[in-house]
Amino acid sequence: MGKLLMLMLEGTFTSLRIFFLTLLFALPLGLLVAKGRMSRHRIISSLVNGYIMIMRGTPLILQLIFVYFAPYYIFGSSADRFTAVIIAYVINYAAYFAEIYRGGIQSIPQGQLEASSVLGFSKIHTFSHIVMPQVVKRIMPAMGNEVITLVKDTALAQTIGVAELFRVAQNAAAREFSTMPIFIAGVFYFVMNAIVSKSFDRIERKLDYYR
Amino acid sequence: MAVITVEQVKKSFSTLEVLKDISFSLEKGEVLSIIGPSGSGKSTLLRCITNLETVDSGTITIGGDTLVTTTDQGSAVYADKHTISRIRLRVGLVFQNFNLFPHFSVMRNLTEAQIHVLKTPKDEARQVANELLVKMGLADKATAYPYQLSGGQQQRVSIARALALKPQVLCFDEPTSALDPELTGEILAVIKELASEHMTMMVVTHEMAFARDISNRVIFMDDGLIVEQGSPEDVFAKTQNERTKRFLNRFGS
Ligand SMILES: Nc1ncnc2c1ncn2[C@@H]1O[C@H](COP(=O)(O)OP(=O)(O)OP(=O)(O)O)[C@@H](O)[C@H]1O
Ligand SMILES: [Mg+2]
Repeated sequence: MGKLLMLMLEGTFTSLRIFFLTLLFALPLGLLVAKGRMSRHRIISSLVNGYIMIMRGTPLILQLIFVYFAPYYIFGSSADRFTAVIIAYVINYAAYFAEIYRGGIQSIPQGQLEASSVLGFSKIHTFSHIVMPQVVKRIMPAMGNEVITLVKDTALAQTIGVAELFRVAQNAAAREFSTMPIFIAGVFYFVMNAIVSKSFDRIERKLDYYR
Repeated sequence: MAVITVEQVKKSFSTLEVLKDISFSLEKGEVLSIIGPSGSGKSTLLRCITNLETVDSGTITIGGDTLVTTTDQGSAVYADKHTISRIRLRVGLVFQNFNLFPHFSVMRNLTEAQIHVLKTPKDEARQVANELLVKMGLADKATAYPYQLSGGQQQRVSIARALALKPQVLCFDEPTSALDPELTGEILAVIKELASEHMTMMVVTHEMAFARDISNRVIFMDDGLIVEQGSPEDVFAKTQNERTKRFLNRFGS
């Protein structure tokens, strides 16, 4: 039992690495994608829109397999498994985040941008000090949902052989002819997501000082 | 001395000609009211002067510097970016629906542009803000957020926000239209006080009595044209113009 828990903690560590690395890259990349999606240049915005549609319109598991195997067929070699997972998750989640950002950015009343312009603020200052702080508040609930989904999606990494929590649990279950490890993994995911949603609640409360 | 001159300004939104040929000037210390029916182009005119819209042709000068002028071929040429950002600060704008920044306290709404645009030192910016808040009767609201204020208070904050940059001209676009009737008085009182201090102002308003009361000059616009301009007396009492008469009758003034 002690050994099983050790293994599962190791798997959890891998899951958490996927989780945090994905957020680390997908959160800023999503903002860039959102900017591209809202670009006045037709070509840029439709290219970015195509990318978003593919990312949201096909299963993550398929994208994962594609990112891992496509380079192999084209260049004769693949990225290592873990890197492939991070790349696939980042480009997938960046697309979802981008749409959330876009909704948030477009919900800021035009009048505030006009006020900002008349007061002489630069575009950068307007975006970073007027728009984004309000966007962050508005998108928190949607982001919370997405991040919770990400915790559960880390389980897909096993598709290309990365030993994250769920894979470890399944292996143990097969070895010991018991479904117990799988239920324990369930508890792990539940706890991680409890922490995620508590964190989001706290951030939302923190941002409650204005309406 | 004219603080703002507008000459032969034209502006269309695709096929809709909104400003057809507008010329007027605003003298230092003058209070100019712009009245006219809905859709006549009043807001668009203010927005061209504050550079929220670009004109198709015509000339606008602000404080002696050219914002936009027109070539002989008839196309509008704007000043370079640097000049624009310098001279547009000479004109403040108060919006109908305030457009305060909801995530900033009242104090920060008043100091943000001073600090980041004018590069005023923080202490000085705060002092300017405090003085304006006292003047607006909001001395106790510095730490409040916009949502905690009444519409009238929010509009006073937005007037203070514009004044904090010490503009040469303050423009108002229907500053009381979004307010409950019992709150319009407090905003009109503030504008009146500014007028008594000889603040140069341009006020688009539907409050005819107010326009008559505070203005040195009134412009009546209809369908993208200045139909008539003159002293309040000329426009409200003695007008011979049929369109002006019809408009004033409709507004029960
Ligand atoms: N961005 C825009 N795009 C297209 N048409 C516009 C735009 N802004 C204004 N218009 C049109 O231009 C005309 C003049 O509008 P404007 O807002 O200047 O009128 P106004 O005199 O301020 O009216 P009101 O008294 O209702 O505020 C209207 O017909 C309006 O629909
Ligand atoms: Mg208007």
